[in-house]
Amino acid sequence: MVHMSRRARLVSHAILAAALVISLGPIFVALVAASHPVTSFADGAPLWFGGELFENLAAVWARGDFERQLFNSVIVAIIVVIGKCTLATTAAFAITYFRWPGRDIVFWLVLLTLMLPLEVRIIPSYGVAANVLDPVQTVADVSGVSGLLHSLFGVDVDLRLSLLDSYVGLTLPLMTTVTGTFLFRQFYLTIPDSMVDAARIDGAGPFRFFVDILLPLSKTNLAALATISFIFGWNQYLWPLLITTEPDMKTAVIGLQALIPGVDDLPLWNHAMAATLIVIIPPVAVVLILQRWFVRGLVQSER
Amino acid sequence: MTRRRAHEEANRAKSKAGFAGRGGTALLFALPQLAVLLVFFYWPAGEALWWSVSLQSPFGGEARFVGLDIFERVLSDPEYRRSLGITFTFVFFSTVIALALGLLFAVAADDALRGSRLYRTGIIWPYAVAAPVAATAFQFIFDPISGLMAAANRVSPGFWDPYLDGSDAFWMIVIVAAWQNISYNFLFILAGLRAIPTTLLEAAAVDGAKAARRFLTITLPLLTPTFYFLLVMNLADNFTNSFGIVNVMTQGGPGGATNLMVYKIYSDGFIGLNLSASSAQSVILMLIMVTITVLQFRLIERRVNYEI
Repeated sequence: MVHMSRRARLVSHAILAAALVISLGPIFVALVAASHPVTSFADGAPLWFGGELFENLAAVWARGDFERQLFNSVIVAIIVVIGKCTLATTAAFAITYFRWPGRDIVFWLVLLTLMLPLEVRIIPSYGVAANVLDPVQTVADVSGVSGLLHSLFGVDVDLRLSLLDSYVGLTLPLMTTVTGTFLFRQFYLTIPDSMVDAARIDGAGPFRFFVDILLPLSKTNLAALATISFIFGWNQYLWPLLITTEPDMKTAVIGLQALIPGVDDLPLWNHAMAATLIVIIPPVAVVLILQRWFVRGLVQSER
Repeated sequence: MTRRRAHEEANRAKSKAGFAGRGGTALLFALPQLAVLLVFFYWPAGEALWWSVSLQSPFGGEARFVGLDIFERVLSDPEYRRSLGITFTFVFFSTVIALALGLLFAVAADDALRGSRLYRTGIIWPYAVAAPVAATAFQFIFDPISGLMAAANRVSPGFWDPYLDGSDAFWMIVIVAAWQNISYNFLFILAGLRAIPTTLLEAAAVDGAKAARRFLTITLPLLTPTFYFLLVMNLADNFTNSFGIVNVMTQGGPGGATNLMVYKIYSDGFIGLNLSASSAQSVILMLIMVTITVLQFRLIERRVNYEI
């Protein structure tokens, strides 16, 4: 170990103390604000705790659709976790354990989605969610299939299926995962070929091998991917903002925004901050309790 | 490992013989992800491209191809040019601040042996907070009447008001964006520091190199791959993910001072219902993302070469 002077070590601790003030400061301010009655905000933020934290938490919980929205967030996050784990393991299996013409195509189609975050395809994505069969309809129209069916059978091709305000709509587009797919691809590549040889000698096909051998070996990586996917799913903002209109189908992150007092409103910052605390508890708990998996998932999936 | 051998190794490891000749099964396994990608990623991206070069009739009539007219119009719009300027300034400052503080904190945490786990936990938790949620907390902190900044306003009235002052609002969103990324940068730089063999630093110390010199000549150069990676990730994040911050805190205001490209795409398309202009802006942002992704690919290649 390289020796460090006492002074240098003190400086390090001072820097880290500043780091903690920066990273934990906002949560402290929110906690303090959430423990005060609304009258405390008349001139400036209160600097020390008041006595109404639980009253405010209860008030927010009971307010409007917030409870329902928290429930939605849980459902969405769980479906996203299951979806991402399924799609990552299966797609990685297809591009690692098979030599087939589509392999490179799938590989690149997955990789290139890095260029297409939701933010660059906002409006058309909304269009797809409003009618998920629109791609099929358009292809049928342009290719002349629609016209053919119309003239032959007198049927009009009119495919409509809206995913707006539904759990499927909220979660389906979030299930693809570049990092997850490549995390599993990397992992599969480290598994010795003798495994697959032995399985084949024993008469196991690809399905059997995938379910009985590959998945049990993947537990650690699944835990890591599940951890970061949960946080990802819980924290979604733009997509649920676009495709939900009913208060019943909104998620907690969206609902939170409605609690921010406007310039001319009663400064109910205590409620807004109490709601903020509630919304951050699940993902923060995941990071704190499952820190090992979280760090692993984050660091490994970026390799 | 020489460069060529690394390349051969990488190629050999690309796939396994596994289940040769079972292309149908492979397609079946790839299908779930493939279907979602095609319907929700490539189709909408294609539509955005088509809408940016054609005039769509709002009542479903025939579309008319207009070439690059819409891009010309968008790029000569002073409001859009201003948005471009604001976005690049925003991305620059939030990236630089987050990287610098991430590095500073990681170096300190690497030095401080005692309690480093505790520090790490304290510093990484903001990563778990969604940008719009962090923005909500900061909205209160920066509130000129009820927040922490109210004290400054009492001393000097009108000192701080992000609702009225464009520059206040701009720096406010820079701080929130940077705050979020510090934790991510910290985590990766700390991992990078831990991966540097102590023998190298010890040898340098034996040769009489002081701490500052060891840091500049050994630690920093060995951190460049990590830094390069983080730069790319921060850029991508700040260009796109900042939407939540702006939509919660400023809605592009006051007077367009925080009207980032990504927010303008949303407001022109969804609120202004101008599909063509919004799509053309989407395509421009897409080009920026393509550039960033290309940087990222070059990074992956380089990483292979760096490996010993």
